[in-house]
Amino acid sequence: MAEAAESPGDPRTTSPRPLMRDLKAVGKKFMHVLYPRKSNTLLRDWDLWGPLVLCVTLALMLQRGSADNENDGGPQFAEVFVIIWFGAVTITLNSKLLGGNISFFQSLCVLGYCILPLTVALLVCRLVLLAKPGPINFIVRLFVVIVMFAWSIVASTAFLADSQPPNRKALAIYPVFLFYFVISWMILTFAP
Amino acid sequence: MAAADELAFHEFEEATNLLAETPNVTTVSRSDQRPPEGHVAVAVDPGGSYGAEDEVESDKTALLQEQQQQPGFWTFSYYQSFFDVDTSQVLDRIKGSLLPRPGHSFVRHHLRNRPDLYGPFWICATLAFVLAITGNLTVVLAQRTDPSIHYSPQFHKVTVAGITIYCYAWLVPLALWAFLQWRKGVRERMGPYTFLETVCFYGYSLFIFIPTVVLWLIPVPWLQWLFGALALALSAAGLVFTLWPIVREDTRLVASVLLSAVVLLHALLAMGCKPLPLEHMAPTHQNTPPHPHGVLTPTPPRPTTA
Repeated sequence: MAEAAESPGDPRTTSPRPLMRDLKAVGKKFMHVLYPRKSNTLLRDWDLWGPLVLCVTLALMLQRGSADNENDGGPQFAEVFVIIWFGAVTITLNSKLLGGNISFFQSLCVLGYCILPLTVALLVCRLVLLAKPGPINFIVRLFVVIVMFAWSIVASTAFLADSQPPNRKALAIYPVFLFYFVISWMILTFAP
Repeated sequence: MAAADELAFHEFEEATNLLAETPNVTTVSRSDQRPPEGHVAVAVDPGGSYGAEDEVESDKTALLQEQQQQPGFWTFSYYQSFFDVDTSQVLDRIKGSLLPRPGHSFVRHHLRNRPDLYGPFWICATLAFVLAITGNLTVVLAQRTDPSIHYSPQFHKVTVAGITIYCYAWLVPLALWAFLQWRKGVRERMGPYTFLETVCFYGYSLFIFIPTVVLWLIPVPWLQWLFGALALALSAAGLVFTLWPIVREDTRLVASVLLSAVVLLHALLAMGCKPLPLEHMAPTHQNTPPHPHGVLTPTPPRPTTA
């Protein structure tokens, strides 16, 4: 179908209720991230609901209680939120400046959805932290975070790499690596 | 079968120097004098201008005019011209900054009139994050030996480190460029560097601090000083060799003051990043860990125990 690159979603779906249609679209994209293979669905039908939900979840789980000392803090909600969106915007700008042919919102959509593995890692880490602290605890968390980090990178690369000219792919992928590395670090060093 | 090496593009030394002296010139190849293959040169009288040859000429003039018109700074393509680099070029520039050679200016030999902003921007970003992360790691490693230390991510130090590094990477080149422009009248031979070229070589010179900051995790003081001195020497040498062709035609006083100011500022940045020796830190209570990395990152608190 010949729809514009920027249109969010297929308007000709047969589902009568827009909410169910949107939720299905978001769920479909989550599946695409978890099992990344070459497909244009994420790029064509971009939406920002999924990234928003993931970002809010991540920020809520990463913030520390307010009883702690001010300077003694992990990231606050606003800090995580700003880092994720500011980071995603910067990577998108970088990609476009290097000559990529992906649109602004498509790139934000991909980067946001590919945070899903890291959100899962944070959930697992919080569960593991309920157990007895110790080196095994740390090793398990480290392993989970590393695996999910690699998964995020692979998923986002599968979608983003094709939009860059071949001699600049590494230049466009490196900021994505840095972005997910920083988020992984925040997850790994989280201590309730 | 020609070796791949022979087929690679080799820049000539004299072309580089000629380019240095007249940065705005465009090179014209000899084949431009004849009409290219496939075009018929129709002889026309001086008055008329319908010939294919004239068409070719007017096409070329239009193209040259297009190239000379820079897009305005409000257009996206203006900024795109600063990111017009390939992976191999960025890697080559990083290598050039790691291994400075006397007589080889980074700007002339690696930038070749095509400065980019990709390198400086992402090198500064990486350095800021690496500083924050190694600061965190220092606390974690210290906690393993002394469990009474209260661990905290100290997240806002990332913003402090980031702002400091970006300010250094933009304001110092700005000051340097402004100063060199002011002294422009003294120099006859070499044109000064543009602002972007200055920002570019400053940004690339910060690259060596990234592995150095990681190596500073090793808690052996003399090794830390050694790494710091090595990194500072390489980085400052790169800056000095790049600036030398510009300042050597100035008076000796101005040249030496300028070069020492550049090296001193660079040394201050290095000191700001380096972890302080642990004996100099005051014992701390659990809630307020002091600064481990000078001012830029958190330090492991070390309570005094007998």
